[in-house]
Amino acid sequence: MSALLKVENVTKTFGGVVANRSVSLEVHKGDIAGLIGPNGSGKTTLFNSIVGAHPIDSGSVRFEGKEISRLIVPTIARRGLIRTFQQTRIYAEMNCVENMRISAPDARGSVLSLLSGFSNQVDIRAEELLDFVGLASKRFLRAGSLSFGQQKLLEFAMALMSEPKLLLLDEPTAGVNPTLINGLIDRLVRANKELGVTLLVIEHNMRVIMNLAEHITCLAHGEVLAQGSPQEVRDNPSVVEAYLGVSA
Amino acid sequence: MTKAQKYSLIGGGLFLSLVAPFLLPQLATQLTMLWLMVVFALTWDTLGGQMGYNSFGNILFFGIGAYACAVLQRDLGLDYFIGLAVGLAFAGVLSSLVAIILGFGMLGLRGHYFAIGTLGLGIAAGEIAGGWDYVGAGSGMVPPLYPTALAGRELFFYFLMFALALATFFILRALYATKFGLALNAIRDDEDKAEAMGLQTTQVKSFAWAVSALFLGIGGGLAGNLLGFIDPRDVAFAGATFGVWMVLMAILGGKGTVWGPVIGAVVFHITQELFWTYLLGWQRVALGLLIVAIVVFFPNGILGTLREQRPEWFGEKVEERA
Ligand SMILES: Nc1ncnc2c1ncn2[C@@H]1O[C@H](COP(=O)(O)OP(=O)(O)OP(=O)(O)O)[C@@H](O)[C@H]1O
Ligand SMILES: [Mg+2]
Repeated sequence: MSALLKVENVTKTFGGVVANRSVSLEVHKGDIAGLIGPNGSGKTTLFNSIVGAHPIDSGSVRFEGKEISRLIVPTIARRGLIRTFQQTRIYAEMNCVENMRISAPDARGSVLSLLSGFSNQVDIRAEELLDFVGLASKRFLRAGSLSFGQQKLLEFAMALMSEPKLLLLDEPTAGVNPTLINGLIDRLVRANKELGVTLLVIEHNMRVIMNLAEHITCLAHGEVLAQGSPQEVRDNPSVVEAYLGVSA
Repeated sequence: MTKAQKYSLIGGGLFLSLVAPFLLPQLATQLTMLWLMVVFALTWDTLGGQMGYNSFGNILFFGIGAYACAVLQRDLGLDYFIGLAVGLAFAGVLSSLVAIILGFGMLGLRGHYFAIGTLGLGIAAGEIAGGWDYVGAGSGMVPPLYPTALAGRELFFYFLMFALALATFFILRALYATKFGLALNAIRDDEDKAEAMGLQTTQVKSFAWAVSALFLGIGGGLAGNLLGFIDPRDVAFAGATFGVWMVLMAILGGKGTVWGPVIGAVVFHITQELFWTYLLGWQRVALGLLIVAIVVFFPNGILGTLREQRPEWFGEKVEERA
């Protein structure tokens, strides 16, 4: 089966800092893939390279078999490749329902197609997904007034609202109340199984990613250190060393 | 405020607007200017309030409209009223086109860069118009005169400007209720997020500027005819007065709302006229102090401040709805 996302030998430098060095990875349709690595190992940079947030120095990014490494962010997003942000980004002055409405696929059309109201289906879907992430009771609150964890959940719901083929999640559990993390993981899995969204997840929490992902890539100092099943990656001596070397 | 109270307030305002030029014929021109101020504030708010792009160059579209209308009226040799109608339509369309063309370049600038970039627009246009013989250069243009045989010139322009203000208000309000309106707000709140979600931000931004320029251009055409004289720097591209007032009125009333700019324009215009009447010689100082006071005491505008004090008037439920 050909890969939904195929990253090949992507290199990205900032001045003298090599944030990604010849990184390759594949994500297959229906997968939940994990991306791990110590702080500063280049995970977010790789996301930015994939979604077109900055030009890459060399290498290739293919989505559904087509080269996307020279396209701009909104064009890539409209093809169904959506990312969430590590620092969390929502529309702070709008309420949760409005955040959801403007994330629907029909909000991505040409400006002339935007000159009409919202369909009932969009509103129904928005309610369902807010309910799905447990924010139904907050739906008329300003998104900026939500806690950081709730904003993360809202951002996740917005991403689902946009009906992506591939969703890149940058540390979805960071800042989320620990009592809610299991529920969130459960929702990630359900989004994958029930909504058919392929996921590539950056995650710091080893316990979380080992349970969630079927396939893991570990970065260190911008390079791929290990790739394989959770078991293989966890047992890889250099992964152990990279993690202990940094955080112990 | 109940619905009934709100509608009686609006109805009262409408009634006053209809009878004012008959009751106060000596103030007809100032009253007409009041509606121009409303158009100024509303159109500025499309970018400044709804989309979060502070433009200091919107006066450009007003000036282009004033000249475009007058030039067509002068050169087409049509009947006065037909010439005026054609001129106004052309003024709006040309201003919109300029906004679209400028937009693709300038709306790529973010935050302060956009604000500073637009500052130059009005100034440059004033210089160009002031040196261009085709539009009268430094001595400006005089649009064709309203037929002397006909009475009611003041009333004619009053009701035209009033109609323009109403159209601007209702069309913008309808636009803000669409997906387009929400896209403007999304760009205001986080443009990078909007791009990451696939919104066609470039198109949305240019269209917003074009809509705002359309009404400003028509307003310019009307104002040129109303005032009877188009000076390049003091009327058409009057950045230091009209250009600044647009911003102030929207902020004073409350950015990012439809009623805010209307209220801001009315309050500002009346205050300003009072300054001219009672503080002659000091009116500019008073205006300067008023501007400082607005920014210091009403950073969220009259509506924003009211909303904080009396959220129930705005039908806002502070507590969560289940
Ligand atoms: N825009 C930028 N300009 C300069 N350097 C950058 C930029 N973005 C990232 N870097 C550098 O690239 C390296 C990788 O950063 P990146 O944010 O990708 O790491 P990360 O794996 O996401 O880390 P974390 O787990 O802390 O989120 C770091 O050394 C960082 O300082
Ligand atoms: Mg990161």
